[in-house]
Amino acid sequence: MPVPILKQRDYLIATIQAALTDDDLKKLRDALVAQVGEFRSRGVIVDVTTLDVMDSFAARTLRDLSHMSRLRGAETVIVGIQPEVAFAMVQLGLTLEGVPAALDLEEGLAYLDRKTKRKTAAK
Amino acid sequence: MADTRTTRSVIAPLALESTTALLRELVAHLRENRTQLREEWARRITEAKLLTAMTPEEVFAEATAVYDNYLEALETGSIEALETYARNLSERIIPRGVETHEVVGIVLLLRDVLARSLFGKYPADFSRVLDAYEPAANRIANTVAVGFVQERERIIRQQQEAIRELSTPVLPVRERLLILPIIGIIDPQRARQLTEQLLRGIRINRAKVVVMDITGVPAMDATVANHLVQTVEASRLLGATVIVTGLSPEIAQTLVNIGVDLGKMNTVGDLQGGIEEAERLQGYKVVPITMEPA
Repeated sequence: MPVPILKQRDYLIATIQAALTDDDLKKLRDALVAQVGEFRSRGVIVDVTTLDVMDSFAARTLRDLSHMSRLRGAETVIVGIQPEVAFAMVQLGLTLEGVPAALDLEEGLAYLDRKTKRKTAAK
Repeated sequence: MADTRTTRSVIAPLALESTTALLRELVAHLRENRTQLREEWARRITEAKLLTAMTPEEVFAEATAVYDNYLEALETGSIEALETYARNLSERIIPRGVETHEVVGIVLLLRDVLARSLFGKYPADFSRVLDAYEPAANRIANTVAVGFVQERERIIRQQQEAIRELSTPVLPVRERLLILPIIGIIDPQRARQLTEQLLRGIRINRAKVVVMDITGVPAMDATVANHLVQTVEASRLLGATVIVTGLSPEIAQTLVNIGVDLGKMNTVGDLQGGIEEAERLQGYKVVPITMEPA
C-alpha cells in the first residue's frame, strides 16, 4: 500500500496508515527524496503514529531517508513514535541516531519551523 | 512367600500402633515434667544468647506456648495446628527483629532438651524411643522453620510491592517540563518500570524536557546504567530531551568505565542547574518582579 505524501507549504508530510512491507518503505523513501527536489521542500515529516512495531529495516530506512534528504537540503523529523515502540526500539539498539524525533505532527511542524527559520535568519 | 507377605502386612500396622502408643506415653511423661523442662529450655535459650531482642518474660511466655503446641503436634501427629501457630508466632516476632537462625535454634534446643529427658526416663529402651520420637520431632522442627521463612518471604514480597508502587513519581513542574526524582537502589525491574512511566508521562504531558534527578541513587551497575541510557534514548524518540542531574562521583565513574557515550547524555550537576538548563532549552527566562512604586 503506497503512502500518500502531502505537500504543505515548504514541507512534505507522509502519514503511514498501516504496517508497511520493506518494499513500500523503500518506495516511500525514494519518493520523498525525489519530491524534496521537485517541490524545493525544506522539511519532511514522517508520521508513524499507527505503527505498533518498528523493525531494524524500518529504522534503517528512516535513518537513510533522513540523511539522504538532508543532503538534498531538507530536514526530516519522525513523529508519533508510541511509548511502547520507543522502548522496544532502544532495547533492540535502534535509536535512530542523528534523526530528530517529535511527539506528534504539531510538534514536528513546530520543530521544522524553528529549524528553517534559524537557517533563513543566518543568511 | 505368601506367608512372609502376610506376616509383614500384619507387623507393619502393629509397629505403627506400638509407635503411636509409645509416642503417647512419651508425651504423657513430657507433660508431667512440663514446668521443669520448660524452665530448662528457657535457660538454655538464654545461655545460647538466642531471642535477645525479647525480654526474658516474653521468651518464657512464648516458650510455654511453643512447648504446649509442640507436645500436641507430637501426640496427634497433625501439624496443621502447629503450622497456624508457627505463622502467628512469626507474624509477631519478625517485626521484633528475630532472625531465622534463632527460630531454628530454639526449636532444635527444645528437641534436644526433650530427647535428653526421655533418655533419662528410658535408658534401656532408648533406640526404640528415638525411632518414635525423632521423625515426629524433626517434622515439627521443619514445619516451624518453613513457616517462619515463608512468613518472612511474604513480608519481603509485600514490601517490594509497596516500594515499587511509590518509587517513581513523574512530576510536571511547569508546562511541558517534567521532573523524575529517583531515590534508592535501581534494579533492572525498577529501571524498566521507570522508563515505561516516564514515556507515558512524556506523552500525557506533552513534555519537551525531562529532568531526571538521581541524587538519591547511591550506586549503579553497568546493566542499570545502560537502562538509564536507553531511557534517555527512548525519550528522545518521543521528542523530549532528558537532562540527568545529581550524578554522584561513583556513578560518574561507573558510566565512564562502561563506556557510556556522554555526548548523548545531557548532564548537569544538581537539580537546580538542571531546571535552569531546562528553562534555557524551552526559552524561558526567570526574572525577579520589579517592585512597583505604590
